[in-house]
Amino acid sequence: MGSPEVAAAGNGTPDEGFGAVRGARSWLGRQSMALLRSRTFLIGAAIVAFWVVDAVFWRAIVPQDPQALNPTATLAPPSAAHWFGTDDLGRDVFSRTLAGAASVLTVAPAATALGLIGGIVVGLVGGYYRGLVDDILMRVVDALLAFPLIVIAVLVLAVLGPSVVNVILVIGFVFTPIVARTVRSAVLAEREREYVAAARLLGSSSVAIMAAEILPNITAPLAVEATIRFGYAVFTSATLAFLSLGVQQPSPDWGLSISLGRANLETAPWISLFPAAALATLIIGINLAADGLHQVLQE
Amino acid sequence: MRRFVLKRLGLALITLFLVSVILFAIAQVMPGDVGRAILGPYASERQVEALDHNLGVDRPLLVRYWNWAGGFVSGRWGKSYLMDEPVLPLVTRRLLNSLILGGFALALIAPFSIAIGVLAALKEGGWFDRSTAVVGLSLIALPEFASGIAVLVIFAVVLGWLPVSSHVPGADPIDWFRQLLLPSIPLMFVLFGYISRMARAGTVEALHAHYTRTAILKGLPRRVVIWSHVLRNSLLPTITVIGVQTGYLVGGLVVTETIFSYPGIGKLVFDSAIGHDLPVLQSAVLLIAILYMLLMLISDIVYTLLNPRIRLSA
Repeated sequence: MGSPEVAAAGNGTPDEGFGAVRGARSWLGRQSMALLRSRTFLIGAAIVAFWVVDAVFWRAIVPQDPQALNPTATLAPPSAAHWFGTDDLGRDVFSRTLAGAASVLTVAPAATALGLIGGIVVGLVGGYYRGLVDDILMRVVDALLAFPLIVIAVLVLAVLGPSVVNVILVIGFVFTPIVARTVRSAVLAEREREYVAAARLLGSSSVAIMAAEILPNITAPLAVEATIRFGYAVFTSATLAFLSLGVQQPSPDWGLSISLGRANLETAPWISLFPAAALATLIIGINLAADGLHQVLQE
Repeated sequence: MRRFVLKRLGLALITLFLVSVILFAIAQVMPGDVGRAILGPYASERQVEALDHNLGVDRPLLVRYWNWAGGFVSGRWGKSYLMDEPVLPLVTRRLLNSLILGGFALALIAPFSIAIGVLAALKEGGWFDRSTAVVGLSLIALPEFASGIAVLVIFAVVLGWLPVSSHVPGADPIDWFRQLLLPSIPLMFVLFGYISRMARAGTVEALHAHYTRTAILKGLPRRVVIWSHVLRNSLLPTITVIGVQTGYLVGGLVVTETIFSYPGIGKLVFDSAIGHDLPVLQSAVLLIAILYMLLMLISDIVYTLLNPRIRLSA
């Protein structure tokens, strides 16, 4: 792994591979400063941060136990005692909305991480080796992309049974080919650069070149892709919970709460409406952050 | 040109084969021991083996794939567990209903989105551009089930203008709007976001291109520059996006058809998943994948036909 640095130090003149690695820190610093100046990114990141803090600390924030039943106050409209009203079992919708962030913010990051790892490996291997390996990988990727996300998720969950772990696995699995495409096209451009040729001449192994040379140089498109995927993961896991294929009762999960609230839409629309609004703000926040990131990194 | 089409067709066939392998792996191999699953934990090993043999699942995977794929190609799609009718007519009928709904949504929203996207690009950075960007971004962010429930509450429950559950419309054009408008709104929200964004991006790029500057500098009227120089170049990528988005559309159909109980293929996928009706589920998913690939192929070829740079060089 460290061979380029050692060789460069031995030569006395830093080659381009070494320079690219050392320049990484200042690049990161410059991009961070630019991000802090992007209003779109800051607003999006603030919204996401709010929900992340809420998802971690909801037990300390909620005014009432989100699972506590109250037979005397069922389907109560929003009031001073229950800001968002109560559901058909008398549970406080405000507390449930705050507590509901936890499940979606567990499933979505885990699924995104899984898809990123798979996509990076497939994209790096395909883009670096080219040829037959690439052809085969890309055909499989094409085939996987022919299934709409929700449809293949519904199929797999019907076969494996609905559970949180299965939702994470299936979203990660479906994201793999999508991430692989992005990584591959970035790798195709990078592999022709001098620093890759230099590392190859210095005798670095292919794995070392992919992991230590190319990967750090495709951070920008990867960061944008990761943020976009995260938004889709929230979207998809909420949809699967809504379709009763993900998180199960009595979880205060947003998608699930919206689905259960359908029974009382005419008399108590607040049961569905508030979790829906919460979900929409989270996804808008992620999309704003992704947009800001894209604009900054593109320049 | 013919070589290009043949090459794309060949690639599509390979992809189709892989699609069927993936589906076979998920629907036929992943459930594991079929006999044990049907007979339950108390059946003897002998009984399980006998059932596995009768079902043919004890044979090698290659043989099982061959029989399974052969059944599809020759139209033997089996019988639905839940609805007690052959799968083939059921799935194709439902698919047709979905095409009506999806086509309705696309026909209403695509021209509108393109117009908005182009107008936003012509006033790049202005208030109209910025406000449509915010609206588009928010509409993409809204999951179909959230927007679906919202329009259901407002227009069907509170105002009572439109039916709570939709069926396939008759010949009357007013009935089309009555039945299809509500379930297509969630789809149109997301489609609007994508298509207008793409139309805007394409138009902005064309406006900044050298050929546009040349056209302006040689004194052509603005109308001519926009219609025959900018839009002819900018709308091509938008066509491809509409092709790609039809794939998304099917995913959205699962949600919107379930909410409005519209008898399309999306609701069929959902119902058969909940009811473990595997013969219906795998056929429906395969049909969706094939349709999606066909649409991609068509949009690719249309793009090539419309783009003189590719058409003439090939």
